[in-house]
Amino acid sequence: MTLLTMMAVVTVAIVVQRNLFAVVVFGSIYSFLMATALVALDAVDVAMTEASVGAGMSTVLLLTALNLTRGDEVKPLRRPLLPLFVAIVIGAALVYGTFGLPAFSDPQAAIHLHVVPRYLVDSLRETGVPNVVTSVLASYRGYDTLGETTVVFTAGAGVIALLRRRRGKAKQ
Amino acid sequence: MSFTGHYTYWVTIFLMIAGLYIVIARGNLVKKLIGLGIFQTSVYILYIAPGKLIGGTAPILAASFHTYSNPLPHVLILTAIVVGVATLALGLAIVVRIREAYDSIEEDEILEIDRSEGEAQ
Repeated sequence: MTLLTMMAVVTVAIVVQRNLFAVVVFGSIYSFLMATALVALDAVDVAMTEASVGAGMSTVLLLTALNLTRGDEVKPLRRPLLPLFVAIVIGAALVYGTFGLPAFSDPQAAIHLHVVPRYLVDSLRETGVPNVVTSVLASYRGYDTLGETTVVFTAGAGVIALLRRRRGKAKQ
Repeated sequence: MSFTGHYTYWVTIFLMIAGLYIVIARGNLVKKLIGLGIFQTSVYILYIAPGKLIGGTAPILAASFHTYSNPLPHVLILTAIVVGVATLALGLAIVVRIREAYDSIEEDEILEIDRSEGEAQ
């Protein structure tokens, strides 16, 4: 709970701050807090991925992009009243929606009663992997993981295609 | 319904609308992408927090444990993180290209340049 509050504070800092380097550093702090919160929520695999990809790689990517662009954000000409209004209305609607959801860590919630027991009981016998996340990701849903790799490959190819033209231009 | 029982949902919603606000209100393209990232990461908590059981442990099967947190949201979010960084990389590459073409990454300035070019033609 404390971690989540800290994350909310860092998010406010990101919204207010106009120096983009500071925003990127706050973003890195945010990702580390997120990784810690995920460990507290028992999602150790996700926490490791978030710490390396979210706090590490994203920060490097953003700093690289800032190196190629400008470091400061200009002040907007008009007051952002309409976006604020839209955000608050959507937030209020979502908070209203949470009143119908089960409380935190309720063992009778639907999420704990369906599908999951099947994996917890049978996955060790069927795959031989004690980590259920690994057995679902690599065995039961192996094709989805293959699709995910395709997405990453496509994104990488897109980045190379976009930045290659640039290098060709710089030579001319 | 209690305050502690729903606190995770409310923080998630706060992060979500903060990200949404940055995406709509801010003209800077890099800041917009960071806002999109916050929006994305709020979804991680939305998925993973309901799967947690107090007294449970990480879903790695062992004889000495009997209560495990729900592993299925973890699998979904693992994929979401990787796809998220892929979209971020692609978005930043496009921002760099826009900066080459317009010498600016501010939405207002880019629209202004487009408008004046349209009038000149």
